Amino acid sequence: MVKPLESCKFQPNSRTISAQATHMKETKSIWKIIGASSLGTLIEWYDFYIFGSLATVLANQFFPKTNPTAALLSTLATFAAGFIVRPFGALFFGRLGDLIGRKHTFLLTLVLMGGSTFLIGCIPNYESIGFLAPILVLLLRLLQGLALGGEYGGAATYVAEHAPANRRGYFTSWIQTTATLGLFISLGVILITRHSLDADAAKSIAKFNDWGWRVPFLVSIILVFVSIYIRMKMNESPLFEKLKSEGKVSINPLKESFGHKTNLKMVLLALFGATMGQGVVWYTGQFYAQSFIENVCKIDFDQSRTILIWAILLGTPFFVVFGAWSDKVGRKWIMLSGMFLAIVSYQFLFNQLLNLSSNEGKVELVDKKIINSSLVQLDNGKDTLRTITHKVFYADGMSVAETKKDTLYGDPVMHTVKADVKVVKLLGTTDYWKMVFYVFLMILYVTMVYGPIAAFLVELFPTKIRYTSMSLPYHIGNGVFGGLTPFIATLLTTIYANDKLAGLAYPIIIAAICLVIGTLYINNKIDPDVND
Amino acid sequence: MNQLKRYAGIIWILLGPLAAIYLVRTAMAEVAKKPVMDTYIQWGVFIVVFIPIALGMLLFGYFAWKGEYDHLPESSAEIEED
Repeated sequence: MVKPLESCKFQPNSRTISAQATHMKETKSIWKIIGASSLGTLIEWYDFYIFGSLATVLANQFFPKTNPTAALLSTLATFAAGFIVRPFGALFFGRLGDLIGRKHTFLLTLVLMGGSTFLIGCIPNYESIGFLAPILVLLLRLLQGLALGGEYGGAATYVAEHAPANRRGYFTSWIQTTATLGLFISLGVILITRHSLDADAAKSIAKFNDWGWRVPFLVSIILVFVSIYIRMKMNESPLFEKLKSEGKVSINPLKESFGHKTNLKMVLLALFGATMGQGVVWYTGQFYAQSFIENVCKIDFDQSRTILIWAILLGTPFFVVFGAWSDKVGRKWIMLSGMFLAIVSYQFLFNQLLNLSSNEGKVELVDKKIINSSLVQLDNGKDTLRTITHKVFYADGMSVAETKKDTLYGDPVMHTVKADVKVVKLLGTTDYWKMVFYVFLMILYVTMVYGPIAAFLVELFPTKIRYTSMSLPYHIGNGVFGGLTPFIATLLTTIYANDKLAGLAYPIIIAAICLVIGTLYINNKIDPDVND
Repeated sequence: MNQLKRYAGIIWILLGPLAAIYLVRTAMAEVAKKPVMDTYIQWGVFIVVFIPIALGMLLFGYFAWKGEYDHLPESSAEIEED
């Protein structure tokens, strides 16, 4: 049985050899607990994000190709469905975790998540089995959302219930790194797979779009088996064991969490004063930023992802920095400062991304300009597809490729109403790193709002209903408010088409409301004892 | 500070229904503009998800207005007494 640690303060003068040995054993135990919990949570986030990261590829595979926008929207809707069911997963598995224990519950979520991810990689595409394909994808995606809804609360609670009070922020912040690292690994696996299927880059990408996209999904099953093996060896949370031995386990955690006014008001405070703002800052920095760079700034697929990868790599240590700092100064002001900085600087930062991707005023290298054109006869034997590519190079290393496709009809009466134009930009080295820096700043805000939040939520609720009570506001805040950020922001830019930054109104308004509520109603005290 | 928390409660009480009305009106306008299945689904999802949250905001405002947040519980015993 692993016992919660009393304190990790170093007092060399008063320590006996035996105390030192106990301290070392306790330190080893907590790292084992963090390692096992974090690995499983990391895999669950990885599983969840590969779907979002491959949205366009999946749209081509599983949804009718007649209307690409509709196909993409369908996938995004499926993506959103993955987020929307998360609160239900939080309720279902949260209840289970408060009834039968943390260990078995988050073991179950891991199996559910791993199985669903693996099966998505096995589904034949739309061309092979018709509408059954998108239906199966949707069902498995919903299962993924349910599993994720149950996982995080369990892992955070499990670690927090083993951690000493004076280092709860620090230890739980390791769990907080997993969401970002899960995204990082998903992007890495996708990029590596995309470029390693053939010696020829173009062929490799074509193979990836055809069948290679399945690899990141299938790989997941190996990771899940490793994590299950490690988690099987873990013990139940000592606080839950204590409750169980005293016969104090909740009989109906849902009723106790949401049926009692005192608990319900804390759930609402957690949602509107913390997790709602945290969710939008998280998804703006890590998802909308990437979508904006790729779709609005028109930066190349690989470059837009490596920009995010670098920013995440540089930003991730700050989850631990802010988590540890929150043990000294309290959770509240670190989280709210992150929201404040996001509110006041998002317009500026996204505007900088637009400026960096603009080729206006840059010196064109006229002699390097490349123009390619091709004519391909279509299957009907009458019409011809014309493709013209202009590739322009600039003195700062930037290049812009514009590909225009239109149909030359055999029938002279017919003509292309609107040619399909695709612009892809590659940034020069200096601008590339500037963009990494701006995205890094957004990730830094993410680490401020997200690093201390697990400790904050754990301290807000009592042991016997903790899993249920903290999971719901977290997954509504993070899943619904946050998860829908890229979708709503993109929607706003289509409604207010003249303003490329219109999408930012959503995260800014939500974070601002959360900032005011958090400032007024949340207190900054660190609960010295969650063992009650 | 407690007075401010209570008065701000009125803002949250109003904000919930206002947000819900704005959402429904925007949804109706967007559906009218483009009455296809995709539009129905996406705005239907938004309404189903955000209306209960708007009600939650109203309830939060009510609690704030009634002074329920004047003192936050400092131990589980306080929470479980209710």
